[in-house]
Amino acid sequence: MIVADRKNVREIRDMIKDHDRVLLVGCGTCVTVCLAGGERETGILGSAVRMALRLIGRENVVVDECTIERQCEDAFIDLLASRVGQYDAICSLGCGAGVQALAERFPKTPVYPGLNTQFIGILESQGVWTEKCSGCGNCRLGEFAGICPISRCAKRLLNGPCGGSRDGKCEVDPELECGWQLIYDRAKALGILDRLAEIAAPQDWSTGFDGGPRKVVREDQCIAGRGPKA
Amino acid sequence: MRIMNNNATQTNERKGATTGRGFMKEEPLILAFCCHYCAYAAADLAGSMRLQYPDNVRVLRLPCTGKIEVDYILAAFERGVDGVIVAGCLEGGCHFLEGNLRARNRVERAQSMLAEIGLEPERLEMYNLSSAEGARFAEIVTEMNQRLARLGPSPLRPDRKTTERHVEAMTRQAEAALAGETT
Repeated sequence: MIVADRKNVREIRDMIKDHDRVLLVGCGTCVTVCLAGGERETGILGSAVRMALRLIGRENVVVDECTIERQCEDAFIDLLASRVGQYDAICSLGCGAGVQALAERFPKTPVYPGLNTQFIGILESQGVWTEKCSGCGNCRLGEFAGICPISRCAKRLLNGPCGGSRDGKCEVDPELECGWQLIYDRAKALGILDRLAEIAAPQDWSTGFDGGPRKVVREDQCIAGRGPKA
Repeated sequence: MRIMNNNATQTNERKGATTGRGFMKEEPLILAFCCHYCAYAAADLAGSMRLQYPDNVRVLRLPCTGKIEVDYILAAFERGVDGVIVAGCLEGGCHFLEGNLRARNRVERAQSMLAEIGLEPERLEMYNLSSAEGARFAEIVTEMNQRLARLGPSPLRPDRKTTERHVEAMTRQAEAALAGETT
């Protein structure tokens, strides 16, 4: 899932304080699961922002809340369309994709982010989320015993470990597990250590953080007249 | 439940309040979220024992402090209460094993949010006590009352009557929920 956390209430207050009517929009998907922007968190933030605005003399700003199932899909954003006209700004508690999807859908309404989108990750334990994937567009987990050196090695080494690996920890942070130690241990347990003897080829970064925004197209799913061929 | 009060204590509180930032005319309004199994019973016991404590506390009964959520606490402050007490069982004594421990975490989160909002986090406090500690309940309320007298009234309070009305609605809603009614 996409993991995010909430911005400071004062930062959000300062972004929206010059508007008269603001709609806080939560998202019922990833950010609900990571407890950052679901229905409950949206309600909490609404209450906090209203109080913060009153304390700076902006008690006249109306701050309402609502949550839609998914901010990154137009079909769900449609449910908001009839309400948005009543507001002069939106503060989205979706991930960065959600914020931009709302901005595209409502070109005349300013849209502000209420969250800081962090990473693609998993729930490690109750209340703890960890980054697992960098979305590089060229998955090589098969070469590394199912543990990603790009997102889990601080140096993104494809031929690790480096000299900074000590007792399973990374030199960058004594609390941080060495990604390459994890790869080694798992490869050993799986009996495939010999695979690590091969030199891993350089990563083709052109599939990831290069060349502008990426797009995935499934032509068989595109609707005639509305797909990329149209 | 009837909250017992004491004229002598009240007089002292009022006297102390005049030295604070702004409680010249009115006493602070405190909302106490109390666990049914401990603090609520302790408040009742304090009344039965004729113990005296400030009468400006309103008790909202919860089935366990584990029921408390950050939004309940913020809703109380948004409606203008000056201070909030969350009172649960002694650590290790929760009827639902760890409800009071979860409540403490949520109270700490709410305190940090209050700081972000611009309100003093000291307006909110979590306490642990048993149902046999009527005297402790009276002490907690008195302590919070004195603290709020120092801090002054909440800058978010519209007026006492409106806040009282909101608090009454909140407690009524909580009781209805406990009775299994839909509200």
